[in-house]
Amino acid sequence: MTDMATNNDIVPPAKSSLLALDARTQRRNREESTFKALGLGAVGIGMLFLLILLTTIVSNGVGAFTQTFINVPVYLDPAKLDKKGERNLDDIKKVSTFGYSPLVLNGLLELVQENGIDTPFEKSKQMKSLVSASAAAKVRDYVIANPDQIGETVTFNLLAASRVDGYLKDRVKREDVARDKNISAEHLDLVDELVKAGIVKKGFNWSFITGADASESRAEQAGIGVAMMGSFFMMLVVLLLSLPIGVAASIYLEEFAPQNKFTDLIEVNISNLAAVPSIVFGILGLAVFIQFMHLPQSAPLVGGLVLTLMTLPTIIISTRAALKAVPSSIRQAALGVGASKMQSVFHHVLPLAMPGILTGTIIGLAQALGETAPLLLIGMVGYIASNPPDGIVSGFMDPNSAMPAQIYEWAKRADPAYYERAWGGIIILLLFLLTMNVIAVILRRRFERRW
Amino acid sequence: MPSNWLVLIVLALATIGFVIGRARAIQSAGGETRDLHSLPSYYGTHVAMMAAVPAIGLLLIWLIAQPLIINSSVASSIPDSAIAETDLGLVMSDVRRVADGLDVAVSQGAMTTQDAQNLNADETDVRAELAKVGVALGSDVSVPILEAAQDYRQKSKVGSMAMAAAVLTLVAGGMFFAVGRTNKSFRARNVVESGIKTLLLAAASLAILTTLGIVLSLVFNTVEFFKLYPLSEFFFGLTWAPSFGGGSELGFLPLLWGTLYISIIALAVAVPIGLFAAIYLSEYASPKMRSVAKPLIEILAGIPTIVYGLFALLTVGPLLVSIFGADGVGIMKAGTAVMTAGLVMGVMLIPFVSSLSDDIINAVPQSLRDGSYGLGATRSETIKQVVLPAALPGIVGAILLAASRAIGETMIVVLGAGAAARLSLNPFEAMTTVTAKIVSQLTGDADFASPEALVAFALAMALFIITLGLNVVALYIVRKYREQYE
Amino acid sequence: MFDTDNAKNTMTQTDIKFSAKNVQVFYGENHAIKDVNVELEDKTVTAFIGPSGCGKSTFLRCLNRMNDTIDICKVKGDILLDGEDIYDKRVDPVQLRAKVGMVFQKPNPFPKSIYDNVAYGPRIHGLARSKAELDEIVEKSLRGAAIWNEVKDRLDAPGTGLSGGQQQRLCIARAIATKPEVLLMDEPCSALDPIATAQVEELIDDLRKDFSVVIVTHSMQQAARVSQKTAFFHLGNLVEFGETPQIFTNPEDERTESYITGRIG
Repeated sequence: MTDMATNNDIVPPAKSSLLALDARTQRRNREESTFKALGLGAVGIGMLFLLILLTTIVSNGVGAFTQTFINVPVYLDPAKLDKKGERNLDDIKKVSTFGYSPLVLNGLLELVQENGIDTPFEKSKQMKSLVSASAAAKVRDYVIANPDQIGETVTFNLLAASRVDGYLKDRVKREDVARDKNISAEHLDLVDELVKAGIVKKGFNWSFITGADASESRAEQAGIGVAMMGSFFMMLVVLLLSLPIGVAASIYLEEFAPQNKFTDLIEVNISNLAAVPSIVFGILGLAVFIQFMHLPQSAPLVGGLVLTLMTLPTIIISTRAALKAVPSSIRQAALGVGASKMQSVFHHVLPLAMPGILTGTIIGLAQALGETAPLLLIGMVGYIASNPPDGIVSGFMDPNSAMPAQIYEWAKRADPAYYERAWGGIIILLLFLLTMNVIAVILRRRFERRW
Repeated sequence: MPSNWLVLIVLALATIGFVIGRARAIQSAGGETRDLHSLPSYYGTHVAMMAAVPAIGLLLIWLIAQPLIINSSVASSIPDSAIAETDLGLVMSDVRRVADGLDVAVSQGAMTTQDAQNLNADETDVRAELAKVGVALGSDVSVPILEAAQDYRQKSKVGSMAMAAAVLTLVAGGMFFAVGRTNKSFRARNVVESGIKTLLLAAASLAILTTLGIVLSLVFNTVEFFKLYPLSEFFFGLTWAPSFGGGSELGFLPLLWGTLYISIIALAVAVPIGLFAAIYLSEYASPKMRSVAKPLIEILAGIPTIVYGLFALLTVGPLLVSIFGADGVGIMKAGTAVMTAGLVMGVMLIPFVSSLSDDIINAVPQSLRDGSYGLGATRSETIKQVVLPAALPGIVGAILLAASRAIGETMIVVLGAGAAARLSLNPFEAMTTVTAKIVSQLTGDADFASPEALVAFALAMALFIITLGLNVVALYIVRKYREQYE
Repeated sequence: MFDTDNAKNTMTQTDIKFSAKNVQVFYGENHAIKDVNVELEDKTVTAFIGPSGCGKSTFLRCLNRMNDTIDICKVKGDILLDGEDIYDKRVDPVQLRAKVGMVFQKPNPFPKSIYDNVAYGPRIHGLARSKAELDEIVEKSLRGAAIWNEVKDRLDAPGTGLSGGQQQRLCIARAIATKPEVLLMDEPCSALDPIATAQVEELIDDLRKDFSVVIVTHSMQQAARVSQKTAFFHLGNLVEFGETPQIFTNPEDERTESYITGRIG
């Protein structure tokens, strides 16, 4: 061995057994495990964040789906509701909710006394803290719909006040009540008794899913239903515009575009638009659609237009990928039997690429559905649409909000009761997104071809 | 004639054109469709296309151009005395509102067309009249404004009539021309196909129009802003203190600092975690683990930013306050702070960094890894000394894209970062960002023509240029990188 | 360093570097190598020939456990290097590969400078105590790979900027810089032009003085030119193994003959 070393440039290293690790290899293996652990840790942290986020959302938001109700028998006093006694609907309508409020509170007070609940409250006005301000309106609507019930005692399932609801959901704590002018500790004692008596109950809150937003002071009444309609009409606009335009643009770029400067310009624009911050699209919508074209503010139509421009690049990119995946043998086969280029694309390539295109479109829609920032600039926030749109035109043109904008609006309000609604709104929003993504995955699994 | 009726009429005429064109082609071939150059429906489509497409194009252009032309013509007729107190834009919006109100009144039958035209602001309380039909006006209507509004209505009416006439003439002309050249040897398919190709090109060009729309709306309003507010004070001002009464200080630097500070914290969270996750998933994880973990992490990217915003405001903020606030370390006053927004934004960017890096690491050829393993390198040595250096340009590109995302992110900072503009180094203080201020300046009640509102466009312009620059550089680097290994 | 004497004894006694007994390789369901028994000598060039897909590359990659990087690959049987089972649980493939270097089909220089390419192995294995020593190793290796004169003035230039033949010689220099005992070459000339091939072949002949070289090749002429021993693989079997002249002039198995005369391939 030694003379070899002297004779040659390359010196073979001293022999060592493979079966024993030398110190250096041991150290390198330790470094290896550390590095691997760091990687695993990073993956773990990512998943941990996801877990934290989802548990936070669910644990905070699930409360929004239940609401506290009070069962109150209300005596519909003819002396108050229909002074003339003629049951004339116009006369009945003249009585405002202020006229109904005392009846409801009286009913509640009597109920408390009948049940023998010990309470310091003797006046019906003091019951006000327990019942939602919307209760009187509910009774009034009922009376206007059934004027013949005046003079009877009807039991209503009325919304409890937000504080009562919060108390039963552990949001309002006894120690905080001292500073709260809306409710007192005695009221909470009363609530405890009423719960025992089965008069105050928690129930599933349909009106959160179907209802409209409410004013600051009536958190218990607020729902996301109308904003959902706004989102729905916006998504309709996005779908109807971005799918045909996106497909047309992709077909042009993938199948027909010549190699020239103009095509390059289009390509550069699309890839850059995909990365422009969404708020800039809001500015575009504000300046072009509202300032310049005088389209109505806060209208889902405008929101839809802005989101269309925003999602088009995403849709074009995925549609082009779907078109590219169709092998050129298909095109050649069609051209070979004498179809024109246009016919080969529309008869063969496009149908084969359709599942991929739809998958991309659904994912683009999901992205648009969750987008908030541009909507703030075109006035789809802070506006309380009290009724769902009453027709298709009104759905597109009348001021409305959208789910994410509604969530933002609730997040900004001072009453913590609204935070629960915001988290609840997020649960609904995420359910929609989940559904859309599941549909996209199913589409892809079901129709994906391997060429 | 309302424009949607016009569209319907055009479409109906086009359908009739389809039938005529098809029939004429078959007739010219003597009923023998095999003698035709193209399929019969192509002849029909040809006529329909020639009838509808130019007409609808004209309609769209007219609808956009007419208000502009009428606006400027009416504006020039308003006496200066009426504009003296405010500015022209506000007066014109009053004019339009009154004109719209009169339209409503006429359509509801509260006034005849004649009445509306003959109203005199000195004799009638126009505001009250319009309030009856549900049109609320902000102030009483003065004589010049009413006259301008009547003028506006008159011109709009004439314009609409002219538009209807022009559009219908174009339909008829197109149809006549198309039917005229229909015969059995006419190459209808080729013409229709080139027409469709033009439509496809138009759809593709929408991307250019969008960019143009963004640039123009930013440039015009930014120029307006700099007419009202000095450029140097905007770019070098150290104070951001808008006051809607006037005398605002609108310095850009505090906002830029807030934006960059939050972005830096976000990247400090997202880059190491995202990069290590990508390395683990592409180099170590079994295919099974990869197929589970990768989609799970990418869910984070699919969650809307409003959710992260709420998470920052209601969960992370209070949590940080409980640690660093008055009860703990005592350096944090409120939940909304640079740290809050930065951390949450970092979480949002993790999947962004990891999936981009994952693609880039996978693009490094296996032969380089084999070369390194063949020399007796461990996996981590191979990754650190061969794979990462080879992937470096791509990873830098990915980080730049993430930075551009962070700078342009809005909802997290609107909810999590606070509203006060500050030049401070304490990450536990509230600061604000460019995007947050764009939102707050444009969602308040500010007069649209005031510098306080217009500044949002200047901010958006700066944001657009910064993110565009980052994107262009990043996309260039990533493309060069991919070409290297293709 | 522990069993130095022992290892030395094994070497001097037999002069057999690698000895494979009943080696089987599976790729998932696919039985890629069937029952291969072979002994490879030190200071010898051994060529593996055979039609594509016959398992010659697979077997080569078993010798330094490069197959470990493929999840579905399973190796059975014993492969002994200097009498030690390289698939023993105690063996770290990293240490094994330092002893059994490898050159690949396509030149794969790292996107680093020429110097860093060659210094990579010595650095990770800690072979140099100082910069001067490292410089010396790099120079020796580049000289050993017969490329020193072409690159000595541009050691800082990226290795990817060299021509194909130079890149492959750089990869050889990189492999010998770690001072291996065996050098595995997987079709090292298949991506090169004839002139570069001639240079590399000449180099392989030189390398024989210091290493045991195992080369997989598609080209029978190449095997005849550079090797002393030849092994013919067919459908995962080692059909014939012997002195190169003997295999090419007077093969024992008719499959070998069919291949050499071009009837299968």
